[in-house]
Amino acid sequence: MNDLDARTPVPEPHAQMAAWGKGAVVIGATSAIARATAIELARQGYAVLLAARDMDENERIATDLRVRTGSPAVALPFDALDFPSHPAFVRTCIEHLGGALEGVVVCFGALEPQNELQADFTRARRILDVNFTAVVSVLEAFAPHFEQRRGGFIAAISSVAGDRGRQSNYHYGAAKAGLSVYLQGLRNRMFHAGVSVTTIKPGFVDSKMTFGLPGLVMLTHPETAGKAAATAIKKRKNVAYVPWFWRYIMLIIIHVPEFVFKRLKL
Amino acid sequence: MTGAFQRLSGWGRYPVQECRVFRPERCADVRPPVLAREGRTLIPRGLGRSYGDAAINGGGDVLDYSRMNRMRAFDAESGVLECEAGVSLADILDVFVPRGFFPPVMPGTKFVTLGGAIANDVHGKNHHRDGSFSQFVEQITLLTPSGEVVTCSPEEQPDVFWATAGGVGLTGVILEAKIRLKRIETAYCWVDYLRTKNIDDTLAAFAESDRNYEYSVAWVDCLAKGDSLGRSVLMRGNFAARADAPPGCRDPLQPKPKHGKPVPFDFPGFVLNSFSIGVFNQIFYALHPSRERQWVDYDSYFCPLDSIHHWNRMYGRRGFCQYQVTFPIEEAGGLTKLMERVSQSGCASFLAVLKRLGPGGPGLLSYPSEGYTISFDIPMRNDVVPLLREFDQRVLEHNGRLYCAKDAVALPETFAAMYPRLDEFRTIAGRLDPDGAFSSSLARRLGIVRPPAGGSAHE
Repeated sequence: MNDLDARTPVPEPHAQMAAWGKGAVVIGATSAIARATAIELARQGYAVLLAARDMDENERIATDLRVRTGSPAVALPFDALDFPSHPAFVRTCIEHLGGALEGVVVCFGALEPQNELQADFTRARRILDVNFTAVVSVLEAFAPHFEQRRGGFIAAISSVAGDRGRQSNYHYGAAKAGLSVYLQGLRNRMFHAGVSVTTIKPGFVDSKMTFGLPGLVMLTHPETAGKAAATAIKKRKNVAYVPWFWRYIMLIIIHVPEFVFKRLKL
Repeated sequence: MTGAFQRLSGWGRYPVQECRVFRPERCADVRPPVLAREGRTLIPRGLGRSYGDAAINGGGDVLDYSRMNRMRAFDAESGVLECEAGVSLADILDVFVPRGFFPPVMPGTKFVTLGGAIANDVHGKNHHRDGSFSQFVEQITLLTPSGEVVTCSPEEQPDVFWATAGGVGLTGVILEAKIRLKRIETAYCWVDYLRTKNIDDTLAAFAESDRNYEYSVAWVDCLAKGDSLGRSVLMRGNFAARADAPPGCRDPLQPKPKHGKPVPFDFPGFVLNSFSIGVFNQIFYALHPSRERQWVDYDSYFCPLDSIHHWNRMYGRRGFCQYQVTFPIEEAGGLTKLMERVSQSGCASFLAVLKRLGPGGPGLLSYPSEGYTISFDIPMRNDVVPLLREFDQRVLEHNGRLYCAKDAVALPETFAAMYPRLDEFRTIAGRLDPDGAFSSSLARRLGIVRPPAGGSAHE
């Protein structure tokens, strides 16, 4: 499909970027939720830096965002698992946007079949690293910018799977649980600098990650989830379940006594 | 990327068949399921608004292209929009109405993809004036079944272009397309309503008024009989100019957003019966006296049913067929006879929709052709299949034709008689797809593609 990608030259809006006034970074931009979140941010008037590993796709998403919203969008390469590259990535973002860099949203994540993770610790570790360690690495690199700036927002997509461990996805769930607790701590730290930290907890989203998995109910379209995430960020929420009713589903689930819960096949 | 086995249907929820579905979200994931056929056939699918079996492939594979929906470029001078074919008309409306542009052709629902609109060469209320969707397509980027990426347009490889426009997905996957949007000054139409007494009155009103209106359609009370047969409410409209915007609206290109209400569950079969439908039709007719210049926002005028999500659930679990056919102008008698027959059979549903179409386009399997097109919703019952086939015979006697995007029951000989350019289509499709890799339940049922030699058909 590269023959397609090379075809349409689009003027690079780097120059526009710096002059735009306010900007945000969306990391893991090729996921459907991330893309929808980025479009909403652009509609709210943000210039958006889109970061992802797959640059062909990332460029397409940046182009789409410019056509749809008229806000500038630039695609940047980012590899979640290349931890040492993260500080340089953050510097690149700051070079693009300077003091206008008002927020960062972390959307990358990975899910693999649980039985395969149980059989292969290398893959299990990758799931832990992508969903937890990498987010910590990149957000720690961003935090000083926001502290100095004294204002802005940080958001990351965690999951309802992190609210309670289940046999069907406990590596993923454990990483997301760790992420949720990390974000709590970061929120406490950043509060004093006037920076909001929003933990987004989507329920089941009808995404590439979940396509074809059995037993999923009440699937949310990623666009709906992305819009809800952008709204939660705008309202400076602490924890946002997406859609909202998952808060009550999880409220029930976390209150099932462990001696009952461990017997369930979930 | 792995496929998922799902029980799929069209919008009419008849028939329902098990298919393996691939749903790519990035370019790199489109090609592998198209090329790795392993003896199974494939059909592309958009948002699943074809009513029958055009976008399902029982026992085969389906490529759900609805997530490939990135816009690529827009030229505000010419109004040409280039995007991936999974972009929906709803997306286009959201993005471009506020900028003063509108899809050149709007079918009855905005929840269709660009690819689906091209593959079914859809028509709208402006067909009498502007023709069908493909008239506004400047270029198609097609991934052929053999894996080539071909760009075609009315000038470049026109044979491929006119086989793909209306070709119900059988020439390959429409990856991207360029379409020409039309300019609008406001998001409102002013609509004149006209109540007619019977079918002759209705057809005369079309002949009379189509010159003065960009958009026209009639809702027919299809339970009316005898002298009232074909009594209708004609809705004829034009986009309002800026100076003509409804009083009191702040930005004439931004009507108030509406939130759709869903039908939450399948209605039990008894909810819709001839009595409840008759009452609905009486009320509808009574509520729409002849009136002039009503302001209607574009959503309510073009896609009235879109505000009820999953309205197909009203017909219950068994689903329904939408029966849509066209009669040439000089065969209006056939239209009357069909309406009598439908009315007499008592199978029909709410309202029928009637429109006068303008001249047809060059699409080899394009449905729209000059004449009167009528569509009925027919709830599924045991006797519906033979009944519709009987209707087909009547339509054929009057040189009419059926519509692939709606049909679920017709026989191959009927289809071949209605589409005289079928052989030309087969030749081009055969060249693009020598191994018969692309097929759908509809294509096999209507014999558009022949089952691969030596291979077994799925069903």
